[in-house]
Amino acid sequence: MSTMRKASSWFWGFVALAVAAVIFVVPFAFIFFTASKSTEEAMSLQFTLPQHWQIWDNLMSVFAANQYMIVRAFGNSILLTLFSVTFLVLLAAMTAWVIDRRPGKIAKFANGLVLSGLIIPPAVVPTIFMLQALHIYGTFPSMVLIEIAFGTSFTVMIFKAFISSIPRELDEAAILDGANSLQLFFRIVFPLLKSVIITAVILNSVFVFNDFTNPLYFMSGPGAETVQLSLFNFKSQYLTQFNLLFMDILIITIPMVILFAIFNNRIVAGMTAGAVKG
Amino acid sequence: MKQSKSKLALARLKQYPIWFTLPLGVIFVTLYLIPTVTSFYYATQRWTLFDSTFVGFDNFTQFFKDPFLLGGVVHTFIYAFLTAILKVIIGMFFGVVLMSNIKFRALLRNLVFFPVLVSTIGVGITFQELMKPQVGLLDQALHVFGIPAAGLLGDVNTALYAIIAVDVWKGVGLATVIYLAGMAGIPQEYYEAAKVDGVNAWQNFRHIILPLLRPATNTVIILSLIGGLRSFDLIWSMTGGGPGFASDVLASLVYKKYQAGFYGLSTAGNVVMFLLILALIIPLNRFLTKREVEI
Repeated sequence: MSTMRKASSWFWGFVALAVAAVIFVVPFAFIFFTASKSTEEAMSLQFTLPQHWQIWDNLMSVFAANQYMIVRAFGNSILLTLFSVTFLVLLAAMTAWVIDRRPGKIAKFANGLVLSGLIIPPAVVPTIFMLQALHIYGTFPSMVLIEIAFGTSFTVMIFKAFISSIPRELDEAAILDGANSLQLFFRIVFPLLKSVIITAVILNSVFVFNDFTNPLYFMSGPGAETVQLSLFNFKSQYLTQFNLLFMDILIITIPMVILFAIFNNRIVAGMTAGAVKG
Repeated sequence: MKQSKSKLALARLKQYPIWFTLPLGVIFVTLYLIPTVTSFYYATQRWTLFDSTFVGFDNFTQFFKDPFLLGGVVHTFIYAFLTAILKVIIGMFFGVVLMSNIKFRALLRNLVFFPVLVSTIGVGITFQELMKPQVGLLDQALHVFGIPAAGLLGDVNTALYAIIAVDVWKGVGLATVIYLAGMAGIPQEYYEAAKVDGVNAWQNFRHIILPLLRPATNTVIILSLIGGLRSFDLIWSMTGGGPGFASDVLASLVYKKYQAGFYGLSTAGNVVMFLLILALIIPLNRFLTKREVEI
């Protein structure tokens, strides 16, 4: 009986693996194969192994295309991710702590407003007008501020959920020891948030790095492209060079592969917790 | 005693200074809240080159009179509801499979989840080529099954549904892990009690797992609806709303109208999206949470 069950768990395991390979691996294999082919061979869009591999050549061609647009775009995306995620996580932790700890209606109201951002999509034109009124429309700093503003709800929410599980007695003990608010937060509370900080950093990095819509509206000047925008522009330019188009997709996917390889459980747990709490 | 208590309360307020919330608060209010509120005003304007005039509800009536704009509203509904339903069904199925004693569980979960992290534009372009008439792998596969290879994305009847299928492909991993978390939360005693009662696998699923998974199901529904009602990237990268207007949704119309300089109409689209989401999500959320079973 038990050997039969064991055999069946292997059998179904292989069946599931075969099905999952067809559904979830073939598209990625297609990206990889096409990215490794010569231009003529890639043209036919067939799902075949390359007759001769030229990954390196294609990689260099993609880098050099449009005066190193992809390299610039990578720089832009990484800077955007770095700045917006750093500030967002730091400021959201401070905000969530005060909203969670302060008694009274104002804190509750503020919390409600913040949560509204989880459902209501941002309005595009009024946001552009606001940026224009502030004379920062189209600039890199304004894009950082936009990512911070649109990431606020999610990030404050996951911090608040975590902070509410930290006993208040800890705060009071620190105050009795004569710590002021800054010391209390940065010396005592912030280090306790380590695990949720890592989660918030990873998830927000994924969101910002993959964000297409917001840079499209708020930062689409030449030279200011992010990787997602550059990929979209690449698509219309390289309709005949599929090997380069797919090499571009491959390059953009690699940071996520690395991130997932290192943090896979934390990403899954973080997304699930964020989703369930929301 | 009473005095010291109020002193303590005051100290407590001081301990948590408002200025801690100010930097993020100012950014959030200026770049999200104010634009959201003022969108109701901008939606009542019509722009000429430098000026705008008040046109009342004209932009909104246009949205529900113009067949293409109205089509966008309908497509948004179809997109949101179909992706939500499919993610519930397939995500739950994957979750149940991954909770069984099947081999390669971790690998299977990673395979299903990974597309969640991948660039939507990259996924859109990849599937666009896979669905290309005659040459695309998916198109050829459909041909083998006797479905004529006409190009799913080039046909007004199938374009929207083809994008929906890709959306589910990309997003079902999140639904799956939400279900896995939900199932991990079901206490073992429920299964043991069921075993003692001699229920079969189907009864076990139907009367124990399914009701206890309701919170997870509700999360998947709400999350997919919110995402589906505002979806843009995938549609924009696969069809650009076409062919014609066959796969236009609210978010793509907002972009097209913005690009064409119809700022009022574009903002009206945003407001319609906003109101639709509120009108759907809040009552639905209330209804769904009422039906949840306490564990």
